Amino acid sequence: MRSITVRGPEGRLLPILVPPVDEVGAQERADFFTKRSIKKESKLQALYLAIRMCDLTTLEGADTPGKVLQLCAKAKSPVPPGLFAAFAEKKKLEPIPSVAAVCVYPSMVKVAADVLRGTGIHIASVATAFPSGQAPLSTKLDDTRFAVEQGADEIDMVINRGAFLSGRYQEVFDEIRAVKEACGPAHLKVILETGELGSLDKIRLAAEIAMEAGADFIKTSTGKIQPAATLPVTLVMLQSIADFYRRTGKKIGMKPAGGIRTAKQAIQYLCMVNETLGPEWLTPDLFRFGASALLNDLLKQIFKEATGRYYYEKAFSLD
Amino acid sequence: MASHHLKVPKTIKLFIGGEFPRTESGRSFPVVRHGTDAHFAHLCRASRKDFRNAVAAAKAALASWERRTAYNRAQILYRMAEMCEGKRDEFAEVLCYTQGLSNDAAQKAVDAAIDAFVYYAGYADKYQQVIGNLNPVSGPHLCFTAAEPVGVVAALFDENSTLDEITAGLSAIICSGNTVVALLPGVTGTLLAPLAEVFATSDLPKGVVNLLTGDVSELAPQFGSHMEVQAVSVQTKNEALLAELKIAGAENLKRVAPPMQTNLGLNNILQFVEYKTVWHPVGY
Repeated sequence: MRSITVRGPEGRLLPILVPPVDEVGAQERADFFTKRSIKKESKLQALYLAIRMCDLTTLEGADTPGKVLQLCAKAKSPVPPGLFAAFAEKKKLEPIPSVAAVCVYPSMVKVAADVLRGTGIHIASVATAFPSGQAPLSTKLDDTRFAVEQGADEIDMVINRGAFLSGRYQEVFDEIRAVKEACGPAHLKVILETGELGSLDKIRLAAEIAMEAGADFIKTSTGKIQPAATLPVTLVMLQSIADFYRRTGKKIGMKPAGGIRTAKQAIQYLCMVNETLGPEWLTPDLFRFGASALLNDLLKQIFKEATGRYYYEKAFSLD
Repeated sequence: MASHHLKVPKTIKLFIGGEFPRTESGRSFPVVRHGTDAHFAHLCRASRKDFRNAVAAAKAALASWERRTAYNRAQILYRMAEMCEGKRDEFAEVLCYTQGLSNDAAQKAVDAAIDAFVYYAGYADKYQQVIGNLNPVSGPHLCFTAAEPVGVVAALFDENSTLDEITAGLSAIICSGNTVVALLPGVTGTLLAPLAEVFATSDLPKGVVNLLTGDVSELAPQFGSHMEVQAVSVQTKNEALLAELKIAGAENLKRVAPPMQTNLGLNNILQFVEYKTVWHPVGY
């Protein structure tokens, strides 16, 4: 087993153990989840759960307050309540739930916070010079503090991949710790940007460093780099979480982000979480989907169950 | 020296999104040589999931197909005629075996099928000029009407549909920029292989034409109820089926077009277009 040592709080040496990852095995195990057939009741339950786990995201240079407001409205009620109630009554379906969080840039946090206060929907903000993370630490910390002041209660930070890939693990570790401190009461999600790390072994190492440094969640990707979230990558991260839990008793959350567009994929992820970490992790407090297109497909599938008809995209709002 | 070559018959599969998959259901049905009990081929009995996949492919292909220039769509349709000419003998053989046509009659049917491609190739960049117009309005406005494709069209052919009816029906739908999912039921399904090969080699973007084989009564309700399908072309004279489709299609205001009167005609295109009228203020 590979092991690195970082210097933790009060200068204590902290060994980080990284078991080797079997790439072929991970791929095969991940493929296994694509061959399940989840139908009817179980499918419906999974669809509702997936909606409650969505971090509805807009991270574009072209974001405007108008677009963010539209996204917040959709986060609160993904479909106009009256419309769905008409179908749902016959099949005794629950109303469509709100999503877990809205995820925006720091400059848009206030816009979202003003309309989401009191709804129970979290306000997540990317920070630390997202998506590249190529800025001095002081800028990253300011970015984080600003987002929290504006009303974000979840911060999605990116790790310093430049430092990580050149082997400066201490620097990566210290940065995460510093950002965690700057977050104050806000939850910290640490984006590994797995598409830039190169191998599953490196992903495992990055996950361990992030969890040791105080991450509340670990997250696959920014969504700006391909490949983004994939099943094997998520599997490796889930296994790191499982090992960390066994070692420390601390439950770390997981957020795959980018590339999850269909309800079918979402259900595959849920199966994987259930079988890797167990049903305690099947809650929005410990598992999230970072997505924008996914929500409409989830709705489409629920409408299919409610009406017996295959639904169409135009029935749902675009953002 | 006598030839010991063992003939390799073609497996007839479905045509969805530019690929040739078997039905996901694994079901098939046999087709016999016309007027005999002799086995000709096994065809896929497409399921509603195949239909749904085909609609998804047609929907994905729609945006780029309708945005192509009409001139380019015309070229592609004409290319289909060229490809069809090269597969003349294969078409004729299938028609002789499965519909009992004489070789002469089969060759004539292929002629008519090719004519249909050429006819609608010609119309692709002209139909808008023929039916679009400037509307006389009293006021300071320029008012004009233009035709646009309706979207994804589902086409139900009949067990007795001829080759030229099929090529005319499909060309009329796609020439204006629609994409299509067609069911070739029963014995007409034997035409799927050469037809799909024509579409696959004509620079037609994948997903614009999708072909299924199988059972009308099983798939017709899906054709009517799928919300992503904007119109249904019904080439079967079954009145009960037509009525059922109209009821199922009412929820998304789906257009249900009755059988074509003639193979070649502007009206076959106009069944699947939507009119957009624009009022544009003009200055003094």
